[in-house]
Amino acid sequence: MFTIVRREEMAQGTVILNEIEAPLIARKAKPGQFVILKAGEDGERIPLTMAETDPDKGTITIIYMVVGKSTAIFRDLAVGDGYQDVIGPLGKPTHLEKVGKVICVGGGTGVAVLHPITRAMKDVGNEVVCIIGARTKDLLILEDQMRGASHDLRLCTDDGSYGHHGFVTEVMKEVLDEGGVKQVVAIGPVPMMKAVSTITKEYQVPTLVSLNPIMVDGTGMCGGCRVSVGGETKFACVDGPEFDGHQVDFDELNLRLRAYLADEKKCHEDYCTIRDAR
Amino acid sequence: MAEKAAKQTKNPRVPMPEQEPRIRARNFLEVPTGYTAKMAQDEAARCLQCKKPGCVDGCPVSVDIPGFIDLMAQGDMTGAIRNLWGKNALPAVCGRVCPQEIQCEGKCILGKKGEPVAIGNLERYCADYERQYGTGELPPKQPATGKRVAVIGSGPSGLTVAGDLIVKGHDVTIYEAFHKPGGVLIYGIPEFRLPKEIVAQEVNFLERLGVRVECNAVVGRTVSLDELFAEGYDAIYIGVGAGLPRFMNIEGENLVGILSANEYLTRANLMKAYKFPDVDTPIPMGKNVVVLGAGNVAMDAARTAMRLGAESVKIVYRRSREEMPARKAEIHHAEEEGIEMFLLTNPTRYLGNDEGRLTGMECLRMELGEPDDSGRRRPVAIDGSEFQLECDLCIVAVGSGANPLLTSETPDMKLNRWGYIDADEKNGKTTKKGVWAGGDIVTGAATVILAMGAGRLAADSMHDYLTLGW
Ligand SMILES: Cc1cc2nc3c(=O)[nH]c(=O)nc-3n(C[C@H](O)[C@H](O)[C@H](O)COP(=O)(O)OP(=O)(O)OC[C@H]3O[C@@H](n4cnc5c(N)ncnc54)[C@H](O)[C@@H]3O)c2cc1C
Ligand SMILES: Cc1cc2nc3c(=O)[nH]c(=O)nc-3n(C[C@H](O)[C@H](O)[C@H](O)COP(=O)(O)OP(=O)(O)OC[C@H]3O[C@@H](n4cnc5c(N)ncnc54)[C@H](O)[C@@H]3O)c2cc1C
Ligand code: SF4
Ligand code: SF4
Ligand code: FES
Repeated sequence: MFTIVRREEMAQGTVILNEIEAPLIARKAKPGQFVILKAGEDGERIPLTMAETDPDKGTITIIYMVVGKSTAIFRDLAVGDGYQDVIGPLGKPTHLEKVGKVICVGGGTGVAVLHPITRAMKDVGNEVVCIIGARTKDLLILEDQMRGASHDLRLCTDDGSYGHHGFVTEVMKEVLDEGGVKQVVAIGPVPMMKAVSTITKEYQVPTLVSLNPIMVDGTGMCGGCRVSVGGETKFACVDGPEFDGHQVDFDELNLRLRAYLADEKKCHEDYCTIRDAR
Repeated sequence: MAEKAAKQTKNPRVPMPEQEPRIRARNFLEVPTGYTAKMAQDEAARCLQCKKPGCVDGCPVSVDIPGFIDLMAQGDMTGAIRNLWGKNALPAVCGRVCPQEIQCEGKCILGKKGEPVAIGNLERYCADYERQYGTGELPPKQPATGKRVAVIGSGPSGLTVAGDLIVKGHDVTIYEAFHKPGGVLIYGIPEFRLPKEIVAQEVNFLERLGVRVECNAVVGRTVSLDELFAEGYDAIYIGVGAGLPRFMNIEGENLVGILSANEYLTRANLMKAYKFPDVDTPIPMGKNVVVLGAGNVAMDAARTAMRLGAESVKIVYRRSREEMPARKAEIHHAEEEGIEMFLLTNPTRYLGNDEGRLTGMECLRMELGEPDDSGRRRPVAIDGSEFQLECDLCIVAVGSGANPLLTSETPDMKLNRWGYIDADEKNGKTTKKGVWAGGDIVTGAATVILAMGAGRLAADSMHDYLTLGW
């Protein structure tokens, strides 16, 4: 068992942080890599990015949004409980290079995934402008951490309750117009990554996105995570999860993410009904 | 002798009882239910005890077939299972899944005029008998050598190496990427053909012997081969299988509803998705299902889809019936269960709706032309023969390749041009010192018994290395 040693709730309990004992993984993990977790015997294998790792303590930290049955089961785990299985580190690490000025754009729980990458981008000597957004103020996560990981943090909310009133893409355009931007990293909901990539293509700024297709093994064995990049089929778990945003077929990814929507909605509702009845 | 032979040839082969096709096509229980003691005795009595047994030549690991059958016939079940174990560590598995018709039974003398001895069924009976009534006594272990061995992958070849080396006194740890050990025996071959309980017992047997099993360890990611050596391992065996799905590379392949057989079977078997929503992993429930390919994998996928409630299941294969690579018994079982065969048919593109979901596929009819490199007649398309098949789920089972996850992290180990590991046929040695390999990652997708045979050869060579040197 992989024991949970720290647990926090964010964004009104819709986002959960777990710090988990996993010494082998903590020792090897690099920014951009993910793990697959399974809560119990009959659990689903769920991919989540490592938001932080502590090789000395032997722990990894995940931050996830509760969206369905499996993440709801994860939410119900307390400190001292654990995951039956944690597999990783999986995926290719982020390609880190000193290029100059970099924009890191995050939306929703994408911010959790973005955090270690932002810090690493800064650590290799880049000037990092970070833009993060959420629907509303209460759903904005990791503000302090992101401020520490970047040189300049800009905030946005869709409803204007905090920071810029509007989308991250609007703020990004302003920064791009200031000039000198050499690289953009965008992580968040598929429509956000698509919008960012469309804009940066006009500006001809290389853009990295982190894709989140449905996965099973995470080792290139099943092909369930396939995505189209530049007209070629790639397996996100081994060839990614980061790809050139200008080449990704986001519309296909969006459709593929909906493959089990009806089934999962039903089983999540059933789980909540049973849980609330207890 | 001639008289005896004539008499025994006349005794018909004892068929193994099976669940009724109509009933079993909707459940996941094992299809053949096993011999009774009487049936096993009768079948064992058919063997002529040949002096030069063809059957043994047909078995890739040379199981002493007349030997174990004779012991059975005398009622010495303990002797029979010991005899089997001498060559084959997993008789309960091989009795069920070996392609006997082209191996042992294909060479049985009785097959020349009538039906061969049911060697697989007898092997299964012995192993099942041992599991039910055996003492479970562990084989003796040699004194500890102090040498440490890491086995990567817990499929049949890795399990064989672990079992062989632990009794020779070495300290053995298996590293497995999945959360459960067993390889294809657990995630690929379905419950109705190989109950998972059998595989779990085999692994448990190794654990009782002292083998450590580390699951969730993706070698190449969690830990590298060189790190294992640095941790103090003296030798490493790689048996990671051929875990890379092949697709058709035709238009529309990424529509929702098209899965590799690896994904479909992993969801069904390893994740037990056939119990969804009692378990958390979903699996697409197809109404009209098409399976591409005609090997064991394709049959398993098709029969699983039928059990999950499909209205129709079709096998689409571009060659003819003679070329179908699956075990004859499974093709027969599949047809009995109502699976339709669309032979000499090749899909050319998938059709979808505006939600990106599969709705059908376009196919071409084929005819057999000149033989190709493999000696099989090459299928050629018949002009203008396009037609459409309606389907909402397509499972692609057209073969697999070498997964590069581990090998790409091990640049000092030579691969062949298809990405499989280059290992010495005689002993499994790779070009990296202290590292052996065998099974599907060396040969390409093959069979359980070949993977085990390669494991045994490598284990012998590893033992020599650990006691004598490279
Ligand atoms: C490499 C990778 C890294 C990820 N990192 C994070 C992370 O750090 N934090 C985080 O909150 N989430 C992350 N995700 C997404 C996370 O895996 C899904 O949210 C989770 O699988 C949903 O499981 P569920 O059973 O709770 O919901 P489900 O009931 O399975 O699904 C609920 C909703 O989520 C959608 N969904 C299903 N699977 C996925 C998926 N793999 N990705 C996105 N949406 C999905 C469904 O379409 C549905 O709308 C990552 C995904 C990948 C592939
Ligand atoms: C659906 C299906 C049906 C089949 N039916 C038959 C049949 O009826 N008869 C027959 O004889 N053969 C059959 N086969 C073929 C047979 O199962 C294989 O040839 C055999 O299992 C190969 O054994 P192996 O030990 O080489 O590898 P596998 O059984 O593939 O096991 C390899 C193991 O290594 C693990 N692994 C992979 N990469 C890593 C890594 N980097 N680190 C750690 N672990 C790793 C995998 O998770 C897996 O558990 C079938 C195959 C399939 C897929
Ligand atoms: S191991 Fe397979 S081929 Fe050999 S005798 Fe047994 S069933 Fe036949
Ligand atoms: S060839 Fe057939 S009859 Fe002869 S020993 Fe083998 S199984 Fe028995
Ligand atoms: S998750 Fe199976 S291949 Fe990527």
